[in-house]
Amino acid sequence: MFPFSFEWIWDVGHMVFMGGLWYALTIIGLGMTYCILKSVIDTMQGKGGHHH
Amino acid sequence: MDSALIPEGVKRCSFGKFALGIIIVGGVLLWGVYAMLLVWLKGLNQTNMNDFYGFALWIWADLGVIALGGGAFFTGLLRYVIGKDELKNIINCAVLIGFICYSSALLILAIDIGQPLRGWFIFWHANVHSMLTEVAFCLSCYFAVLTIEYIPLILENRQLNKVPFFHNLAHNMHEVMAIFAATGAFLSFFHQGSLGGVAGVLYGRPFAVREGIFIWPWTFFLFTWSAAAYGPCFTLFVTRLMEKITGKKLVKQNVINLLAKISGWTMGTYIIAKIIDTWYWAAATAPALGLNLIDFYSNNPFYGIWILIAEIVVCGVIPAAILLTPKGRSNSTLLFTAVSLACIGVLINRWVMVLQVMAVPVMTFENWVMYIPSWQEVATTILPVAYGVILVMISFRYLPIFPQERELNP
Repeated sequence: MFPFSFEWIWDVGHMVFMGGLWYALTIIGLGMTYCILKSVIDTMQGKGGHHH
Repeated sequence: MDSALIPEGVKRCSFGKFALGIIIVGGVLLWGVYAMLLVWLKGLNQTNMNDFYGFALWIWADLGVIALGGGAFFTGLLRYVIGKDELKNIINCAVLIGFICYSSALLILAIDIGQPLRGWFIFWHANVHSMLTEVAFCLSCYFAVLTIEYIPLILENRQLNKVPFFHNLAHNMHEVMAIFAATGAFLSFFHQGSLGGVAGVLYGRPFAVREGIFIWPWTFFLFTWSAAAYGPCFTLFVTRLMEKITGKKLVKQNVINLLAKISGWTMGTYIIAKIIDTWYWAAATAPALGLNLIDFYSNNPFYGIWILIAEIVVCGVIPAAILLTPKGRSNSTLLFTAVSLACIGVLINRWVMVLQVMAVPVMTFENWVMYIPSWQEVATTILPVAYGVILVMISFRYLPIFPQERELNP
């Protein structure tokens, strides 16, 4: 649910619940975006050709 | 046949033997899938749920696997956030088990809601006054976290790891894993707690209702605490079981001892809190509602006082005592007994907090209501177990689940 949904009410319940969900999803999304972008850059720079 | 995919330096059984195992367990899986399709196509009339049992076997299984899968978040917290470095040798196993448990929980929920095509309603039309909404949010997000934790393990497969991008991705995901582990611990705290909270706020059910602090009943904290205590026991149980089946030592004893010790302390403190909670509920909460302790354990064919003793003493105090003593931890038979009892204990706890709550009469004119699940409910509950066994078999064969295996089995 987003603030533009018709059920949305600007109260503590909606802000805490939905805010918590978006917060967690943002961390997960940003974390994975960082990993994927860095991996693309690393690969383009020729890293990762050998095992650890 | 598939030797190129097997991790370097380790031995696995022949492909034929492996395939036979998959086929046997796959048969059980197909039985569960058949029952699942019956439920989806014909509806919840395939179950023995009724007006008394809106929550039944599936919800018990859900709460059970979520508690047993708690080893992933707690071990992850210990390894990545608190810095218990030795646990890096068992964290992959904990993540695998967590992934299986949480995907199973979501699968069971998809069957339980009757109309899985409307599963997304809980996110879009969220009831922000429901603890179960919080559970759905945290469960889904935490499953995403577990998937993120499991992906690097897949990418470390011998062949996949040769692809530079996959190699880099696995490496980079490991680098930031602490952030994901911390997020996972945050999410787990709330959904484990809210599952307990749901029982604790059932004001019309004297067996379940508890007092608490602010909006959270004590069951909120007890559920989170028990998952942290008993979840690692399931990780140890599966590890030991795999060692017995494969005939190999997979994790060094100091790692097992450390996790068992932490689990013992967490379980010991939990069981003290649980005893205090039970005593206060029996001495104050229930009498204030006009009932005595024995009312909840008599005049019915199944729920006797034995279940309370089994949960708290046999499967709580005893395993905690074994895990707290160095001798108990170092004796493999005692250790295996302790973690097995602990797993049974948490499953009994979830059973009584779901099923016994429904069975106890709440009106003076009511009687105890018993429940026997239909075969479709049983089959769909066994389905995730079969799926879990298959995923463990595949992961163990092709992925480096146990980093110490090569060293321990030269």
